[in-house]
Amino acid sequence: MTAMVDIRSVHKSFGSLEVLRGIDLEVRSGEVAVVLGPSGSGKSTLLRAINHLEKVDSGWISVAGSLVGYRRQGDRLYELREREILKQRTRIGFVFQNFNLFPHLTVLENIVEAPVSALRRPRKEAVRAAEALLARVGLADKAAAYPRQLSGGQQQRVAIARALALEPELLLFDEPTSALDPELVGEVLDVIKDLAHQGTTMIVVTHEIGFAREVADTVVFMDDGRIVERGAPAEVLDAPRHERTKAFLSKVL
Amino acid sequence: MSLTSDPPVGKAAANGAEREDYSALKVVPVRHPWRWAAVVVTAVLVAQFAHGLITNPGWEWDVFADFFTTRTILKAVWITIQLTFYGTALGFALGIVLAFMRLSRSPFLKSVAFTYIWAFRSIPLIVQLLFWFNLTYLYKRLDFGIPFGPGFFSFDTAGLVGAMSAAVLGLALHQAAYAAEIVRGGVLAVDGGQLEAAAALGIPRLRQLRRIVLPQAMRSILPNAANEVISLFKGTSIVSVMAIGELFYQVQVIYGRNGRVVPLLMVATVWYIILTTVLSIAQYYVERHFSRGATR
Ligand SMILES: Nc1ncnc2c1ncn2[C@@H]1O[C@H](COP(=O)(O)OP(=O)(O)O)[C@@H](O)[C@H]1O
Ligand SMILES: [Mg+2]
Repeated sequence: MTAMVDIRSVHKSFGSLEVLRGIDLEVRSGEVAVVLGPSGSGKSTLLRAINHLEKVDSGWISVAGSLVGYRRQGDRLYELREREILKQRTRIGFVFQNFNLFPHLTVLENIVEAPVSALRRPRKEAVRAAEALLARVGLADKAAAYPRQLSGGQQQRVAIARALALEPELLLFDEPTSALDPELVGEVLDVIKDLAHQGTTMIVVTHEIGFAREVADTVVFMDDGRIVERGAPAEVLDAPRHERTKAFLSKVL
Repeated sequence: MSLTSDPPVGKAAANGAEREDYSALKVVPVRHPWRWAAVVVTAVLVAQFAHGLITNPGWEWDVFADFFTTRTILKAVWITIQLTFYGTALGFALGIVLAFMRLSRSPFLKSVAFTYIWAFRSIPLIVQLLFWFNLTYLYKRLDFGIPFGPGFFSFDTAGLVGAMSAAVLGLALHQAAYAAEIVRGGVLAVDGGQLEAAAALGIPRLRQLRRIVLPQAMRSILPNAANEVISLFKGTSIVSVMAIGELFYQVQVIYGRNGRVVPLLMVATVWYIILTTVLSIAQYYVERHFSRGATR
């Protein structure tokens, strides 16, 4: 199996606050990695670094064989221009905690925007693909609605469809259900589970332990900018070896 | 012991069959005697004012009617509209550039934009206009070409064209400083998550601004921008100091000749009111266009 994501000794500070203190992580193609950890442990920062929304101070991240943010030529690494970084990002889908749908565009326009403007797909083709994606997340009848007319769960499903429209090789989810009312969590998790079963490579930051147990190939526990523990769900969730993992799990379970 | 008191339990709450039927009772609305008094007083004052407008010969409505649509006045209205249009268009074009300079990460671009806005907000418009007007005497010719190098073409700045361009230039430069702050405020009001989502989707930079940020910024930009356009429109009357034949200048010229000050000022006033009304109506429709998807 090849590594879809390869993270090597990544460090990142905000001012004097060191948020990532040497992260090493490999996610294989088709693998589902669930990242757990207390608030402020650096989970979001790590996800954002994989997408180059955040530039790391040292260390390397590669996605599908290419370095994030750099281009290698001989023995030199050239920093990428913004345009090239944007190009790289089209291969990675990102789903935000607050959905971040574009409120002035309809659901369909939200999904069509990136394929048309970033991948230069013909509009007709992009619309057809978007309609298929909406059907897949169970919102075929909402194409003409504006985001604010939808429930939180529906908005997040649109956001997932929007990320999928670029046909990314990797999907990143940053607490996709944390902003939702409890009764809406299930419908979003079901969509993510579906994707997982179809072999999509994904990294999911979440506090939903049941979800982690069901779909994760690997559970990663982060604390204070470090990966404290990683392994199969049964190992990390049911037989944690570190005190901090135990303390965290006893709080969220 | 408890600090909260339980609701009194009456017969009605205890027994559904004995609940009172309120629908049979007559509702008496609250009376507002003072509001009625205020309405009466105000109505009398308004009626008096209207009566005075119509019957007082001092308003000279016949003179007003004679001049309201004469060629001179219509031409002057047209010049006022042109000054407003070019002042707004150029002002906002430069303002958008300045706003993004101030929002950029380059300290140099930031401080240039900041200095510009500081300077042009500090100088009274009338001082600036007189300055540009007199500058056309300082620089008799304008050269276009390579900076510090040879000029490709040039033209004289003297004459009416010169005064008119000086006026547009002055209004636009003044307007740009205010427009820049309005646009910047609008952009800052857009949730940061929007740009982040656009960046995560790989949407090209210019497209992010044009398609995602500006349409959302427009919601907070528009009411302020409309204010600016309307105040610029009336502000064009300041240009009369440059002897440009806009509305206020022409009215002054005419009453200087015939001495009918009040009716001619009314001619200008009514035109300003009409055009401001048109602008306000336009504002309503433009705002409605940009409120797509908003629930509020
Ligand atoms: N842009 C930023 N500037 C300064 N501090 C930040 C920034 N982003 C995150 N942080 C800080 O970094 C730490 C880790 O944040 P984050 O990665 O969001 O944690 P998590 O997602 O695990 O809750 C927090 O203490 C947070 O306050
Ligand atoms: Mg987070």
